[in-house]
Amino acid sequence: MAITAHADAHEHHEHKPSGLWRWLSTTNHKDIGTLYLIFACVMFFVGGAMAMVIRLELFKPGLQFVDPAFFNSMTTVHALAMIFGAVMPAWVGLANWMIPLQVGAPDMALPRMNNFSFWLLPFAFTLLLLGFFVPGGAPAGGWTLYPPLVLQGGDSLPMAIFAIHLMGASSIMGAINVIVTIMNMRAPGMTLLRMPLFVWTWLITAYLLIAVMPVLAGAVTMLLTDHFFGTSFFSASGGGDPVMFQHVFWFFGHPEVYILILPAFGIVSEVIPTFSRKPLFGYDAMVYATASIAFLSFIVWAHHMFTVGMPLSGKMFFMLTTMLIAIPTGVKVFNWCATMWRGSLSFEPPMLFALAFLFLFTIGGFSGLMLAIVPADFQYQDTYFVVAHFHYVLVPGSIFTIMAGVYYWLPKWTGHMYSMALGKLHFWLSAIFVNVLFFPQHFLGLAGMPRRIPDYATQFADWNMVSSIGGFGFGLSQLLFPIIIYKCIKGGPKAADRVWEGAHGLEWELPSPTPYHTWETAPSMDVLHRGAEHWTEDEDGH
Amino acid sequence: MNMKKLGTAIAAAVVTLASPAALAAWTLDMTPGITDISQRIFGLHRLMYWWCVALGFFVFGWMIYSLVAFRKSRGAQADAKLTHNTKAEIIWTIIPILILIGMAVPATRMLIQTEDATNTEMTIRITGYQWKWGYEYVDSGVEMFSTLDRASNAARQLGSNIDPATVPNYLLNVDHPLVVPAGVKVRLLITAQDVIHAWWVPALAIKKDAIPGYINEAWFKIQTDKTGLYRGQCAELCGRDHGFMPIVIDVRSKADFESWLKTQKALQRPADPAQAG
Repeated sequence: MAITAHADAHEHHEHKPSGLWRWLSTTNHKDIGTLYLIFACVMFFVGGAMAMVIRLELFKPGLQFVDPAFFNSMTTVHALAMIFGAVMPAWVGLANWMIPLQVGAPDMALPRMNNFSFWLLPFAFTLLLLGFFVPGGAPAGGWTLYPPLVLQGGDSLPMAIFAIHLMGASSIMGAINVIVTIMNMRAPGMTLLRMPLFVWTWLITAYLLIAVMPVLAGAVTMLLTDHFFGTSFFSASGGGDPVMFQHVFWFFGHPEVYILILPAFGIVSEVIPTFSRKPLFGYDAMVYATASIAFLSFIVWAHHMFTVGMPLSGKMFFMLTTMLIAIPTGVKVFNWCATMWRGSLSFEPPMLFALAFLFLFTIGGFSGLMLAIVPADFQYQDTYFVVAHFHYVLVPGSIFTIMAGVYYWLPKWTGHMYSMALGKLHFWLSAIFVNVLFFPQHFLGLAGMPRRIPDYATQFADWNMVSSIGGFGFGLSQLLFPIIIYKCIKGGPKAADRVWEGAHGLEWELPSPTPYHTWETAPSMDVLHRGAEHWTEDEDGH
Repeated sequence: MNMKKLGTAIAAAVVTLASPAALAAWTLDMTPGITDISQRIFGLHRLMYWWCVALGFFVFGWMIYSLVAFRKSRGAQADAKLTHNTKAEIIWTIIPILILIGMAVPATRMLIQTEDATNTEMTIRITGYQWKWGYEYVDSGVEMFSTLDRASNAARQLGSNIDPATVPNYLLNVDHPLVVPAGVKVRLLITAQDVIHAWWVPALAIKKDAIPGYINEAWFKIQTDKTGLYRGQCAELCGRDHGFMPIVIDVRSKADFESWLKTQKALQRPADPAQAG
């Protein structure tokens, strides 16, 4: 026993295994964070390739390239790959890397489980993507998996369901790890209301994950038993209720969209103060606004289903609760604006992506407010207006902020500066093309184009062509991202410990690149104060 | 090219671009529709739009001003003490609440109006199938199926080599449109046979899911001067041919509708001896 313990300690402190075994067996939060981020990047391009197929088929009217059934698989798997494969793992990757550094902990609280929760993902997505090669093709009932349609799927249905179970288990373990780490492993003196906003938003996100991933697992399990074991949860002919699935799904689905966006709020709340050289305005209000949004996310789900025929009182309730979300979200936007007010702004790539988030997420918020208005929603529901709305909050919302986060911390991780010129080029191409891609979709939806159709009437041709051109431009521009990262890993000018002049936080008190093990002894009160200058300023002043 | 020719060419180009036919394709906004309800919904949509424009003017103005005025490259110094302002924070919480109340009141009033399906004069049952619509005039027993028209169906096949632009109303045309009277309050009972569909006609501002095991209700009363053809599509993913089950309504005057219905009844009766007896 003693010998084993000694050997363990020896291995942890002196060296790490090399080659593939290092990555398979690692329990190091930085290694696991890197794995998550690489996985997310791969899935971003897999999902992106599917988006390219969609935009190619929609480039002009008529079916030119794919069968409608395959088109439906494209929209379905694109969504699943982007949500569960790209955005969520990217957030978990950033959490793995940054939360221990930011709270002064040596690692995540449950390192072996951390390894397991990552290594479930490649299996989950292999299972999902193998669906393309089985009879009946990949799932084609939409990512929302509505029965009875989804039950018409071929052999890929159980594969997709087990894939979702694995992703769910992975997410829940990741969330438990985040909560335990934040609750138990903060450095002495790092009180809850001194934590960086990224840590706060992730803590709240983790609770949302634990609350709703089991709901999704339950819903898809009921689909499984309906299909294979003769139950009738969702089959009207057996006394079940197809609409109940939608209620259960969106009880998961709405908190899920905040799972995708809350960590983005955290990143923006780190990046804007740094490049405004000013502390975050209204820190406490930001924390409370995040918590309010999380709470509201549980009582708005049926706004995704205003056309299913709910009673009047139900529609009114969900309309009013949905409108309430505008208040804490508005507080956050105003606080970010006030952070820049009388600041000293510079425009490095992380700031550029955060600013694009601020502008474009606000546009997504406006269309969201319009969608909340039930009578008008009858016209918007299931059209390209909705597609435009959720892509505005997900692409410039989540994806741009993931990029802002990577550009913000990459020099800290690698010890090298990346090419500012290439980073800015990546930003400008992304920011321009994302609008060419998604803004015309508002017009298409208002003009009457339903979503999830492989072909369309000729009156929709012009804006679809514009949107497709934007799509190809956006897709190609993203190839710059891995190139910039690869070059930065390979070399580049040496990065300072405090990479950005205005940056505050414990991670900037560590050397660049960060050593394999960090904060093995908790940061001293001095380091804590200096690192977290942005919150002590006020307290010291009074 | 002399100046006069150039001027003519530019004028011709402007006229072409500005003509309704050329502009129609670049549609930016939704249709006001053909019922009082649809026009009020359009008004509500516009109201929300202008609110968003006003709020955007303020928020984006604030952002852009900051980006211009507080650049480090222009020597801006950060005011690190500016981290709280209780008065400002209360103001930007209260004002949005007031604006939201201003939006919620007309929206709620409008919603109550759309739900008022009392005193309808006739009923049509709509059934969604993969991939066509079934219509039944409940009061007279006239039934029909409505599927994508042949010309669109031929052109939409993969590798058909038929240019969709040559097909009139490509993908928005059916063999049997739903004939409805103007000026009559019509009740729709909407259901489905296999999977969930959604019956959507933008001109009526009606989009209602057709769900197996459910009968959803909707209603419309078309303005008497709005006779003609109006088109819509299935709006809920329903499988492979979801994009190919359009809806066409043929709005006729009350007298024309009644004579049409009479003819249909006569045509359908001999085929159904049970009903004749």
